[in-house]
Amino acid sequence: MTAEAALREAIHVDNGRNLFKVSRRNFTDPEILAAEREQIFDRCWLYLGHTSELAKPGDFVTRVVAGRPILFTRDKAGELHAMFNTCPHRGATVCRERHGNANAFQCFYHGWTFGQDGGLRGQPGKESYDENFNADGGGDMVHVPRFEVYRDFAFVCFDPKAVPLVEYLAGGAEYLDLVADQSEAGMTIVGGTQDYSIRANWKLLTENSIDGYHAATTHATYLDYLKGTAGALAKVGLNGVGRDLGNGHAVVEYSAPWGRPVAQWIPAWGEDGKREVEGIHARLVERFGENKADRLAFRNRNLLIFPNLIINDVMAITVRTFYPTEPDLMQVCAWAIAPADESEWARKYRLFNFLEFLGPGGFATPDDVEALEHCQRGFQNVKEARWNDISKGMGLAEPSFDDEIQIRAFWSKWNDQMLAGPGA
Amino acid sequence: MTTLNEIGRPEVEDFLFYEAELLDEWRLDEWLTLFTEDANYYVPSTDVAPDASADNNLFYIADDRYRLEARVARLNKRMAHSEYPRSKTRHLVSNVRIREREADSLFVTAAFITYRSKDDVTDAFVGSHRYRLVLTDNGLKIREKRCVLDLSGLKPQGRISIIL
Repeated sequence: MTAEAALREAIHVDNGRNLFKVSRRNFTDPEILAAEREQIFDRCWLYLGHTSELAKPGDFVTRVVAGRPILFTRDKAGELHAMFNTCPHRGATVCRERHGNANAFQCFYHGWTFGQDGGLRGQPGKESYDENFNADGGGDMVHVPRFEVYRDFAFVCFDPKAVPLVEYLAGGAEYLDLVADQSEAGMTIVGGTQDYSIRANWKLLTENSIDGYHAATTHATYLDYLKGTAGALAKVGLNGVGRDLGNGHAVVEYSAPWGRPVAQWIPAWGEDGKREVEGIHARLVERFGENKADRLAFRNRNLLIFPNLIINDVMAITVRTFYPTEPDLMQVCAWAIAPADESEWARKYRLFNFLEFLGPGGFATPDDVEALEHCQRGFQNVKEARWNDISKGMGLAEPSFDDEIQIRAFWSKWNDQMLAGPGA
Repeated sequence: MTTLNEIGRPEVEDFLFYEAELLDEWRLDEWLTLFTEDANYYVPSTDVAPDASADNNLFYIADDRYRLEARVARLNKRMAHSEYPRSKTRHLVSNVRIREREADSLFVTAAFITYRSKDDVTDAFVGSHRYRLVLTDNGLKIREKRCVLDLSGLKPQGRISIIL
């Protein structure tokens, strides 16, 4: 089968029977991964980082976005720059540190130096070059074609013709607001990155991150743990909705019994914690009124910004992004984001909460990793056992958080994007 | 009765090798008894300082005694999918050194390689253990165990579902 034919059969939707099937080749076929690189990762807005990571002039971080090493900097004037981390001279990565603060960047290979904005500042043996050598900027580091920031979330896009970020975000923008609005001083990425890989296709993590259906079985031991601390939790159950936010973005929004630093108190946090959390809630009411304050404080949100940014605002907030390096291997980066002005108490409990569930050493994520890796193993039967099913809740007026509308939103957009012609 | 001053490297090594044996034999309830009631178990993320605080940095693991017990209780269940069926592990502990002696505790470092094998895949975790050990009526106990990974991330390990 050609790659094109495979794509035509990538999903199968039967509205009459409320069936939505996804071909397992989408998770295994190297040609589909090659097409994803061109149709999705070369065209969509992709998360680069949070501006709080570059708090001071001269701050920088390096990271890989869609296979490209990127240098993200803040210059003396406070301006942000996203550049390809490769020397314009002969290609070496110019900055080889993960993060830091620098007045200039020197490529160690031949010693060319660049400003915080990537502009060429010096070349050893400059006199051997034409005096107009850099007249066209060809000696400067190359900037990414598109760079935009929404509420301190910085994105890049490798397609110069892409729509503006805010248009791309569609209904997802409101949910980024619900994170950004949690602090008057701004949100900040806490030090420390959870950096890991999973031996599974990247789309399995997209699905898993917004999947309310798997909790009862995959996370049975986590739910046991919660029950064990039952007297110490809030008296609310898991209850809520799934939503298609347009453009492939999706969310599940729901109540849950765990504590939220902003701002659902649980008895385990004691009277001091109660005063603190009630104070945070009261301030939210002053700023936004009761309805929005309660939504911010008491609802949890697992948000997907298509194709691979996850912001889960649960017992803590994680920002997570991931890229395929093979059809059956992805690289994951996850961070904790928090109100910059929260108290030491709140920060401590937030991080304690975070690690209880989230990340490679938590009580839940390792079992997700196990599930994803075993899906990938099961897909070795793709030739005969061809389809995944994500029909749950199809045709319902108000799909529940443990239905699969949000996963269908992802796949519908994925399919459109994969079939889109040039310039689409 | 033994005093802390009488504890040298051989005694510390015996203790750490015994700990490794309990972990490799999945005798986790016994392993838990090696810890004090106020114990902490840490695995910092790989891009923070080795002595960073879990109160304001994102770690992989930051357990107090309560959560350490919960971790063991979880791993003892068949529904801890990542470790059921159980992986095979081998905790190798080496380069044991007593770095500091304080009135009631020893600061000990040791190099480690821990192998985890499951489903035809073997992964290695490499790093140093930093222990704060105290001497009780029941012998040496761990007040703090901090596992500092000599890795740039959990690639390809993907998870720390075992105890390092």
